Amino acid sequence: MNIKILGTGCANCKNLEKAVNMAVADMQIDAKIEKVEDIQKIMSFGIMRTPGLVINDKVVLSGRVPSVNDLKEIIAKHA
Amino acid sequence: MIQTNLDTMKLKFLIKPLFLISIWFVIYHYLQPLADWLIYSALGMSQGDHFAEALWFFVYEFPKVMLLLGLIIFFVGIIRSYFTAERTRTALEGKKTFTGNVMASLLGIVTPFCSCSAIPLFLGFVEAGVPLGVTFSFLIAAPMINEVAVVLLYGMFGWKVALIYVTTGLSIAIVAGWIIGLLKLEKWVEPWVYETKVGQQDWDEGTISFETRIQMGYDAIREIVGKVWLYVALGIVVGAGAHGYVPEEFMANLMGKSTWYSVPLSVLIGIPLYSNAAGIVPIVSVLIEKGASLGTALAFMMSVIGLSLPEMVILRKVLKLPLIFTFIGVVAFGILVVGYIFNYVL
Repeated sequence: MNIKILGTGCANCKNLEKAVNMAVADMQIDAKIEKVEDIQKIMSFGIMRTPGLVINDKVVLSGRVPSVNDLKEIIAKHA
Repeated sequence: MIQTNLDTMKLKFLIKPLFLISIWFVIYHYLQPLADWLIYSALGMSQGDHFAEALWFFVYEFPKVMLLLGLIIFFVGIIRSYFTAERTRTALEGKKTFTGNVMASLLGIVTPFCSCSAIPLFLGFVEAGVPLGVTFSFLIAAPMINEVAVVLLYGMFGWKVALIYVTTGLSIAIVAGWIIGLLKLEKWVEPWVYETKVGQQDWDEGTISFETRIQMGYDAIREIVGKVWLYVALGIVVGAGAHGYVPEEFMANLMGKSTWYSVPLSVLIGIPLYSNAAGIVPIVSVLIEKGASLGTALAFMMSVIGLSLPEMVILRKVLKLPLIFTFIGVVAFGILVVGYIFNYVL
């Protein structure tokens, strides 16, 4: 599974990255986590609010940082 | 498991907010007698004493403002969960100017916005065919008019000043965006903006349950109150200190009605200064108490919140300098007009 975190480096983008790392560690799944910081690449996903979360090239979240538990559900749903 | 718990969950998630809101009203209602009791009975300080007055001001104002903030942010957080940037863009697509400017300014108030998202938002709007001037109306209204500013103004000056701020702020956003649209400044947008391919991924979070929306209200409280409480506390400490110790007419010469240059001076000082509403409103309340006129103080506040150097630096990535200066100029002029209207007409 491939997880991308879209964000230009704002505080919430870092929070999301932390939360994703925790969720993935808790779920003990094999996932490659990438950070996308280039604005043009971010825009190619069609989101307008950072941070964005992309799982297997599909946008699943934008503009908010969910709790680690919510993230686990989201990841499980899109795995 | 989710199915069987559905009924109890339905009850549970409504009981908690209702319970908290009732407690809120009880505390808010007894705040003033509580502050009186604490300062004048428990601590035995005498009324009229400068230090006692300053302490009372803090003990009463700080919890009052924080309570108001918490309540409003909670409801705004829920309301905002219905307004996403994507929906706002769809609503603004292909809108004629002026109508578009009015809508964009209004949507700017309710759409969640943070200056760190200004670039993706700008690209998303422009790519979708939202006119440049309409996009600017949104970018002006979104940071300037927000729940924190409105609550603090209401808490410290009453509803009239809060209403004045919202209506004049909206007017500036509408008219400034409209003028920028008329000037046809698309040539001063960085070319890469128009070359960027914005993906058409129609992502949908699915239907968000009302329970999740309430949770988003709590999240908003935690995030925003966590960010602003210190500014509010500092602002009120400064206010409480100035309350008793700085002479009444201290600011009258510099920021009073009779000083013709007070409004442009305040706007100029406000542009490089950057603060959120939480930090600036208590300062503005001190300025007014010490003789600054309402128009000058409002102009100062709008300039500090609405025109900020960090946001200009961010916008520089998508806008060429002449457009940034035009943007600053048009908005500053609007603020100037508002300041003068309040100083001389009303």
